[in-house]
Amino acid sequence: MEFLMCIIVGILFASAVYLILSKSLLRIIIGTGLLSHGAHLLLLTMSGLKTGAAPVLSDNVTSYTDPLPQALVLTAIVISFGVTAFFLVLAYRTYQELGTDNMEEMRGTESHD
Amino acid sequence: MSLLHLAIVLPFLAAVFIPFLFKGLRNIHTGWFVLLVPLLLFIYFVQYLPVTRDGETVTKTLEWIPSLGINFIAHVDGLGLLFAMLITGIGALVVLYSIYYLAKEKEALHNFYVYLLMFMGAMLGVVLSDNLIVLYMFWEFTSISSFLLIGYWYDRERSRYGAQKSMLITVFGGLSMLGGIVLLYLMGNTFSIQELIGLSDVLITDPLFIPALILILLGAFTKSAQFPFHIWLPDAMEAPTPVSAYLHSATMVKAGIYLVARMSPVFAESGLWLWLVAGFGIFTLFWGSFNAVKQTDLKAILAYSTISQLGLIMSLLGVGAAALHYDYLDDNIYMVATIAAVFHLINHATFKGSLFMMAGIVDHETGTRDIRKLGGLVNLMPITFTIAIIGSFSMAGLPPFNGFLSKEMFLTGMLSVLELDLFNLNTWGILFPVIAWIASVFTFVYSLKLVFKTFLGKPQFDQLPKKPHEAPIGMLISPLVLISMVVLFGFFPNLLSNSMIKPAVEAILPSLVDAGQEVDVHIYFWHGFQPELFMTLGIILFGIVLYSTLAKWQGVYNRIPERFTLNGLYDRGLARSESGGYRLTSGVMTGFMRTYLVYIFSFFTAILLSTLIIKEGIVYDTSGLAAIQSYEVILALVLVAGAVTILFAKSRLTSIVALGVVGYSVALFFVLFRAPDLALTQLVIETVTVALFLLCFYHLPEISRKEERMRFRFGNAVLSVLVGATMTLIALSAFSQRSDESISQYHIDNVYELAAGGNMVNVILVDFRGFDTLFEICVLGVGALGIYAMVRYRTARSENE
Amino acid sequence: MKKTNDLILQTVTKVISFIIILFSIHLFFAGHYTPGGGFIGGLMTAAALVLLLLAYDIKTLDKILPFDYKLMTAAGLLIAVLTAAGSLLFNVPFFTHAYDYFDLPLLGETSLHTAVLFDIGVYMVVIGITMTIIQTIGESE
Repeated sequence: MEFLMCIIVGILFASAVYLILSKSLLRIIIGTGLLSHGAHLLLLTMSGLKTGAAPVLSDNVTSYTDPLPQALVLTAIVISFGVTAFFLVLAYRTYQELGTDNMEEMRGTESHD
Repeated sequence: MSLLHLAIVLPFLAAVFIPFLFKGLRNIHTGWFVLLVPLLLFIYFVQYLPVTRDGETVTKTLEWIPSLGINFIAHVDGLGLLFAMLITGIGALVVLYSIYYLAKEKEALHNFYVYLLMFMGAMLGVVLSDNLIVLYMFWEFTSISSFLLIGYWYDRERSRYGAQKSMLITVFGGLSMLGGIVLLYLMGNTFSIQELIGLSDVLITDPLFIPALILILLGAFTKSAQFPFHIWLPDAMEAPTPVSAYLHSATMVKAGIYLVARMSPVFAESGLWLWLVAGFGIFTLFWGSFNAVKQTDLKAILAYSTISQLGLIMSLLGVGAAALHYDYLDDNIYMVATIAAVFHLINHATFKGSLFMMAGIVDHETGTRDIRKLGGLVNLMPITFTIAIIGSFSMAGLPPFNGFLSKEMFLTGMLSVLELDLFNLNTWGILFPVIAWIASVFTFVYSLKLVFKTFLGKPQFDQLPKKPHEAPIGMLISPLVLISMVVLFGFFPNLLSNSMIKPAVEAILPSLVDAGQEVDVHIYFWHGFQPELFMTLGIILFGIVLYSTLAKWQGVYNRIPERFTLNGLYDRGLARSESGGYRLTSGVMTGFMRTYLVYIFSFFTAILLSTLIIKEGIVYDTSGLAAIQSYEVILALVLVAGAVTILFAKSRLTSIVALGVVGYSVALFFVLFRAPDLALTQLVIETVTVALFLLCFYHLPEISRKEERMRFRFGNAVLSVLVGATMTLIALSAFSQRSDESISQYHIDNVYELAAGGNMVNVILVDFRGFDTLFEICVLGVGALGIYAMVRYRTARSENE
Repeated sequence: MKKTNDLILQTVTKVISFIIILFSIHLFFAGHYTPGGGFIGGLMTAAALVLLLLAYDIKTLDKILPFDYKLMTAAGLLIAVLTAAGSLLFNVPFFTHAYDYFDLPLLGETSLHTAVLFDIGVYMVVIGITMTIIQTIGESE
């Protein structure tokens, strides 16, 4: 299972990076979304999978899965939502102001020094 | 916090009130309030004199960061007290002088005195701290306050230049010193100077000893303006004259001397220390005095003279280290060098302080410091002339002033090098007395020049911007006090010997006095017909000859082309690093975000992959793996299909739906991995995110990929596959090997007892690691506000239009 | 946002969003012992509100629930910070240690309350920010 997850993580990262490197703003935002999915799965995988019951106390369970990565990932999920929302608004405001969603046309002015 | 700590930070505390006093009580010169601080401190430190005279020390500890061994340890011994008294005593005189020098109507006194107090506190901290990290902190504080004071008239270009130069050079030295301190810590496992002194026998065998020694000396040499770092001091003369008198002659530049003296017990056994300290010192002495002669600005002469005198003290400290190689005190001829260093330190503060104040008075009353325009002031400014002539003669080493005594002792110290057969000194040692003698001749020449060109000679008052007259009495008090000390110490040098010099010498060479012996300090006027006397006579003779023929040989100075001077080197170095930096930045920064991302991802993969390979981190351990069910494989395939669909999607709606597929699959994986909280959160978040995307679609164009060429895409693909492969390798290696047990067991065990909860994830979030959550919701709040501002700003603006 | 006039959606939403909100509150309070908590509860509530928003429109939602969500975010943050700082009153010197000590002398009921207080802060912040974002974007046309 871990092996499978490692490959999935790799694929998620690779597609995320490919999207982020492209010129379209929307694809970049989607890329960041994929990147955070990859990171979340990576965190969980690193701690070992299915090593016990869900981390909720119950009477006749002795072994639980690692709760700490889950807490970290929970925080990360919410934060990535905030980041995605921020990016989205940034993107559409940029589009409204500059009239383009092509990163290459957003180089700024050359005269600045 | 003891009274001693309070005394050190008192200037900082007082500085807080200065702006209010300046604003609130405008008709009283702010300096009068400031004056209280050094006066009080001086009286306070005088009380310690009997303590250190008896060879006792006082140590008070204030815990600061005990876990790192960093505590504010205030340590008062002879050396520290001597400096503390110089700082507060001369500080009081300088503040008094500044009250008349800086007009309360015109100057930004609140700035000036805040900086000055900051400096005073920092300096006290440097000389009274036993902990090296605390010492370093105060050390950099002196650099910063010196920067602010040099740049006090910040609308002048030269002030800014001088301030930057001093900052760059002294902070460079300070950072080197920090490196040395860290090395010392690595060797001795302590930051305490006193403990390091105890370990000096062990330290000297350590391979890190030499680097630490050099780094510490770099700090001391930059601060004390030793060759080749002396170039900042002449430019620092752009500061108001009270500052020059205080920081750049009497106190701050002596911080380097202090450091060398303080660290002598740790390093001085080494021959390298002796050679470096004495060698750089003696050369600086020569170079400073040689260059002082050609200057035409009063303060520039004094600046080079300060450089030269600092070199003199430095060389004495270096030679004094030779005393450590003799076990007994009687007949130890090298003791005289250390005694002379301490004695000259005091003398230099008195005569140079008064000379700087004299230069300030001349500047203030005539409007210029250029000696080519000055002359004949003796009749108009008799008191100032008296100050100048006593100060200069003391500096030149003429009897009966204190400078004569320490100059004689200096020559004795240098001559003693001839009898030293350590560290190859028997071959090269002859250079020390020779250079010392030559430098003394130049010292004599510029001392004469300083006083005679200004006060004697043909009056040319029509060239002066102002009509000259004697200074107000308030301005004369401080230099008169100092100059009377010059005379007093000249006639009664032994006033100082037991109360101040002896304890200071004992602090510099503690290993020699451990055996219950006492350093015998006696300073005489008459040594008999010794070589020193003939050297002094020769100095006077040659000095007078050189002075009278000055016009003939002055051309020598123009022989050195500007290109090869150290200043030229510094200026070009600075300009080059700026233009080089600009070129590099504009070459790397294309303004296209993809370029930056390519840098980031390439470095990311390169560093991680190479570390994995070099450290042989790639391990795959198949034991204890979770089983794979068939539905999990299907889910994985769905997830991958979703991710790949996004890559090739032509329409944005397809992309969003595919992203949703990925998100929901991840949520299902969370269910499989026994993370119910995560699954719930992910499901809701995914829903809200999709809604968000749909909302934003009203405002965004369709995805267009027409402009992306094949090569562009191929490059991206290669890079992204690399990143993905790296992540897979890291993930594999990470779960296959653990260096430590998971810390989660603590949370699992204590979730009920400590937090009275059942859901570990939630308890971690709100309790065990509540801080993280608090910051997280702060970040979320900031993000939401940012979005609100981005949208609303536009709306508000378009309404205005 | 486009004016929708979908009767079925609106009718269903009325019931569903009510149920979702109730469920989210249940999740929030259950969070300390079973899956749930401030984040999930807050998100779930926000999702219900978003559903309402999609079915009706922003103005209607504003009429039904006249909250200023920015203020709600601020209030949530304040509650969270005050709960954290409250430990200082219980003779616990350092902020960081406050969490450990929080509950030691107050095992049982009281400790539950302080954690829940903090979670309420989280809950409010999460609703606040989600709704602020959605509303701002929705209103911007």
